[in-house]
Amino acid sequence: MAHGPAKGIGRWLFTTNHKDIGTLYLWFSFAMFLLGGFFAMVIRAELFQPGMQLIKPEFFNQMTTMHGLVMVFGAIMPAFVGLANWMIPLMIGAPDMALPRMNNLSFWILPFAFAILTSTLFMEGGGPNFGWTFYAPLSTTYAPESVNYFIFAIHIMGASSIMGSINIIATVMNMRAPGMTYMKMPLFVWTWVITAFLLVAVMPVLAGAVTMMLMDINFGTSFFNAAGGGDPVLFQHVFWFFGHPEVYIIILPAFGVVSQIIPTFSRKPLFGYSSMVYATAAIAFLSFIVWAHHMFTVGMPIAGELYFMYATMLIAVPTGVKVFNWITTMYKGSLTFETPMLFSIAFVILFTFGGFTGLMLSVAAADTQYHDTYFVVAHFHYVMVAGAVFSGTAAIYYWLPKWCGRMYNETMGQVQFWVAFIGFNIAFMPQHFLGLAGMPRRYADYGLQFADWNMVSSIGAFIYGGAQLMLLYNVIVTIRSGAPTSEAKTWEGAEGLEWTVATPAPYHTFSTAPEVK
Amino acid sequence: MSTRAPTGKLLVKLVLTAVAMFAFAIFVMPPLYNLLCEITGIGGKTKGSYEAVDVRVDTSREVVVQFIAANNAEMPWDFYPMQTRVTVHPGEPTNVEFFARNKTQSDMVGQAIPGVVPFNAADYFHKTECFCFNSQPLAAGEEAQLALTFIVDPDLPESINSLTLSYTLFDITSSVSNSVAQLQK
Repeated sequence: MAHGPAKGIGRWLFTTNHKDIGTLYLWFSFAMFLLGGFFAMVIRAELFQPGMQLIKPEFFNQMTTMHGLVMVFGAIMPAFVGLANWMIPLMIGAPDMALPRMNNLSFWILPFAFAILTSTLFMEGGGPNFGWTFYAPLSTTYAPESVNYFIFAIHIMGASSIMGSINIIATVMNMRAPGMTYMKMPLFVWTWVITAFLLVAVMPVLAGAVTMMLMDINFGTSFFNAAGGGDPVLFQHVFWFFGHPEVYIIILPAFGVVSQIIPTFSRKPLFGYSSMVYATAAIAFLSFIVWAHHMFTVGMPIAGELYFMYATMLIAVPTGVKVFNWITTMYKGSLTFETPMLFSIAFVILFTFGGFTGLMLSVAAADTQYHDTYFVVAHFHYVMVAGAVFSGTAAIYYWLPKWCGRMYNETMGQVQFWVAFIGFNIAFMPQHFLGLAGMPRRYADYGLQFADWNMVSSIGAFIYGGAQLMLLYNVIVTIRSGAPTSEAKTWEGAEGLEWTVATPAPYHTFSTAPEVK
Repeated sequence: MSTRAPTGKLLVKLVLTAVAMFAFAIFVMPPLYNLLCEITGIGGKTKGSYEAVDVRVDTSREVVVQFIAANNAEMPWDFYPMQTRVTVHPGEPTNVEFFARNKTQSDMVGQAIPGVVPFNAADYFHKTECFCFNSQPLAAGEEAQLALTFIVDPDLPESINSLTLSYTLFDITSSVSNSVAQLQK
């Protein structure tokens, strides 16, 4: 081995090592996860009872906005970029990422973006209060003074994501080990490379949207200002042209993770590998042509509503292929239920549930009723949290022994799973009922008829929040004092190049490329 | 490493893709959106000035045109139509007037933005003369009668026998560089 990591803080500041950068991404995203979770706890504490108790409505709006922004851009996306950094080179037999210096840059601009974004909360007039979708004119004409900081932060996050994606695409296309053909790549690599293409295509559109906002606010243009001939509805189209692929950007790597874990604990190869690849590509393609299903109530012509409705329903087909493949992988397998598997099975069940509520929302006529209610909130938390966060948690438990050479405590892991699973469902299942009963989202207060289920939901949210602290505890205890393990294959059912390197994974791996049969 | 050269090429391609998508969002999507709205009439946006070419008046048919005026957000002017509805024959030029008064102590510039409901009537509502083609500068305390001449197209679909023209008045004082006196010349 050439040399180990540098000493001190310089190791982390100047590192170009994919494992170090993966670790940085993962810890950063966990910090953001706790921050966004704290905002969620503030929201649920205020909604614990009807009436205004803890915070002012203006601050409540900032909390919902910041919760969404921090969770989407700060927690989930960097977490999966971190996993990609750690695992993709190991999975394809590459010594590092293709562009290691850019890798360092794409990570180190992120903390600044979120420092800027979070600092707006302490500015006069407060932080962004217009919802994470920042519809104009709420985010332009009626925005707080701090909106320019918000725009700049989004620009930096976008730049970081684009650099990270370019790096992943270049790595996968150019650095695969000899014999590692595209159709032999692990599914996590496949889902990520498709995600990376989505990111390169739509993050610039988000940058364009905030740039147009910036010009409307500061330079007198009228992209979204009706007085000057613009149109606020244009903003929604531009935003969701980014926003809908964005939700698949969040979920596709999660699909990849469970497609690694389920075969391991079923002791069977993944069922329908190539159909999984094609389904992922199909979902990515469809994500570009369904954006206006977020806007059924803006006054679209009936032909538009019908088109976006049917196109949206079509997504259920490739998604169904994936769900059935996971189930069929488990079918007649010799299953064991270690923590990563528990989280993965919960992912399949709860994500499917969230997918079905998505189908309900895709019906344009019904969406007029559900639009902007807690039903929507419940839907996207089932797919984002039970989807992306559960799968990310599964990934942590699955690969942590490989990363640090220590085994987590299985009992603690399973306890954390059950607390998270039960807490999550107590928190979000009642929100379906609230939404169907007509409770609108993004309000600091609600009618008395919604009181009971809101209290239940808040209790569930606190339990779920506690489960994340247990995860943090489990990870720290594992790293500091977990039972040492040096088996290359932590899980005897696991397949893939990442399980051929030593445990813990050495600082440099695959300096000579492995041969893939 | 032997992959260095292709990585450079790939990098250039991917960066160019990102730049192209950024340009697409800013320079292509807004005009494309406006074009689509114009072609399909979605959103009830009316077109600009119309040159009357067809003098055929369909006296066998009557269409009710209603007028609505609204102030956007904090626009403090009085603004309303002088008559709320007229009955016209398709093809016949009709004059109506709106009233506006700047009741503040400062000179202001307003801009009225039109819209037609039902949306599919927008293409058949022609304005030959309209105050909305320009901004409306009014000095402090000044009032004005704003003229509109329109023709309902004889090709208006049979199913439509009444349509509503609405104006929303915006305050654009801060984005106009000329003074009210200059604008009124």
